[in-house]
Amino acid sequence: MWEYTDKVKEHFLNPRNAGEVENANAVAEVGSIACGDALKLTLKIDEAGRIADAGFQTFGCASAIASSSALTEMLKGKTVAEAEKITNQDIADFLGGLPKEKMHCSVLGQQALEQAIANYKGLPQEEKKGEIVCECFGVTDEEIERTVTENNLSTVEEVTNYIKAGGGCENCHGAIQELIDRVRMEVKPISRPKLSNIQKIKMIEETLEREIRPSLKLDGGDLELIDVIGNRVLVATRGTCAVCKASEQTLKNFVEARLRELVWPELVVEEVVQ
Amino acid sequence: MKTIYLDNNATTQVAEEVIESMLPYFHDAYGNPSSAHSFGGQIAGKVNGAREQVAALLNAMPEEIIFTSCGTESDNTAIMSALANGKGKNHVVTSRAEHPAVRSLCAHLSGQGYRITEIPVDREGLLDMEYYEKSLTPDTAIVSLMWANNETGVLFPVEKAAEMARERGIPFHTDAVQAVGKIPIAMNKNVIDMLSVSGHKLHAPKGIGVLYVRKGTQFSPYLIGGHQETGRRGGTENTPYIIGLGTACELAERNMKEENTRVKNLRDKLENEICSRIPSSRINGDVLKRIPNTSNISFEFVEGESILLMMDEFGICASSGSACTSGSLQPSHVLRAMGVPFTMAHGSVRFSLSIYNHEEEIDFVIEKMPAIIERLRSFSPFWKTAESV
Repeated sequence: MWEYTDKVKEHFLNPRNAGEVENANAVAEVGSIACGDALKLTLKIDEAGRIADAGFQTFGCASAIASSSALTEMLKGKTVAEAEKITNQDIADFLGGLPKEKMHCSVLGQQALEQAIANYKGLPQEEKKGEIVCECFGVTDEEIERTVTENNLSTVEEVTNYIKAGGGCENCHGAIQELIDRVRMEVKPISRPKLSNIQKIKMIEETLEREIRPSLKLDGGDLELIDVIGNRVLVATRGTCAVCKASEQTLKNFVEARLRELVWPELVVEEVVQ
Repeated sequence: MKTIYLDNNATTQVAEEVIESMLPYFHDAYGNPSSAHSFGGQIAGKVNGAREQVAALLNAMPEEIIFTSCGTESDNTAIMSALANGKGKNHVVTSRAEHPAVRSLCAHLSGQGYRITEIPVDREGLLDMEYYEKSLTPDTAIVSLMWANNETGVLFPVEKAAEMARERGIPFHTDAVQAVGKIPIAMNKNVIDMLSVSGHKLHAPKGIGVLYVRKGTQFSPYLIGGHQETGRRGGTENTPYIIGLGTACELAERNMKEENTRVKNLRDKLENEICSRIPSSRINGDVLKRIPNTSNISFEFVEGESILLMMDEFGICASSGSACTSGSLQPSHVLRAMGVPFTMAHGSVRFSLSIYNHEEEIDFVIEKMPAIIERLRSFSPFWKTAESV
């Protein structure tokens, strides 16, 4: 049996706002009986753009019913702009959390909300964007990418828990993993933390040793790190480099470029004559 | 709150008599049957007494009974033994409705290069015998078909199927976990080679099972170890549980008639009343070719887990073939194999009775079910549309 929070159980046994709102001006139907859960959301939005009433009809398990009940409670009294900010995680949080296998119940609520607001605004019902990846549950690549990004998912199993994709014949598992990999490459933070001087020196020394000296040594040259002052990296040339006319070029085009790439991008390499 | 337990295909209450018979073997008579001293050695006689009790229920010979740890071990042992003795044959015949103990093993074997044929079932859950006959080929190493289905209770004609396999020299195994104790089993009158039994489905504890292996059947052990079970299953005998299973088998034999009269009548009353009181409900599986304790009912436009949790509020225990209860996203493979439509499959509830159920309990369930289904339908988006059609 699933471990539901008391709040999930309470909302399941005593659902709020079950039924259809009369004269609703925002209506959405998501899910299907084949998929095992479906939700019809009806909202009455007043002239000031505030949600005056909300109702749900749900076919599904206890957590689907509780999520629908929670969603309607969260919506009542909110403006459309406020409602638009509600995420599936907010719905799950409202209920004190959902079992991970049941997160798709909260996603169903969010999908219904989005569709209802689009319906209220008179936007045409959006065609499913993207290519179907999961044939069993009719989930597209764009839906998977969005869910992975918004919920920071990393495994196929998590994707299945959130939007069911991959929960049927499992033939699409490879394709889902590729989507996850792609999304995670894109969102990987490229911001670098600020480095202390000691860290800078250490990283430069390591990079010199690993990436730069071996090439220089092939020509009998070498390089020594003298000091680091802010963005200025002070080096002295040794061996053949010290007498080579092209050493200035080498420092700019090779040493500086490599260090900028691997240590921090704003550094400037300067040669000191000792 | 009183518990009304109608989930006996999941597991059963251990009979008082069974517990009673087991107790001495934990504390007083705890010896090892393999020991040379009489304190331990005398237990071997008791274990063989239990073997006789099991054999009696199956109408088999005691030496054909191997004690195992569970139904799954028995199923795995039978199939792996047949493959080990199959002289390179790489084809396994099974059905689409098998328990995971066989189904998952077959999926695993498929990954190892074995060819698996899953015989389809019809809308009533009955085996396609024509398909079965055509599936038997010279490279078939083993047939494994369940006797009674755990979800619907539907019986496969395994005795007939075993004869067809025998004519072609193919070993035949049946997972009889749900059948033993509920219908008479006569191994002396059929040609089934191997048969699995699980203790906890017939009022013995969990953790004890049996594999029947017909005398003369080539056999390779699955657990390799000591000489226990005449070298067919290593591991020190689980003496208290073996004794308990022996008692349970004796009780089952005694209760067989009651199971097929009083329990069957309670089951029939339950499903007839529920189906007549609740619109858009129907029984899954052939109503005649079934074990007497099981009823699988679908309620259209509502979801099984919701039904179970509402029943739970009244202390009523049952199970469901819905996707959500299983933890997967698709409803039961058995109902899907039968072609039960999704609107019905998600809302299926399995009631499984035992001799410990009483009429008052059944009446209570009959009284509560209509309101539960009605309430869930009241907020199902599909119900009103369906009603107006």
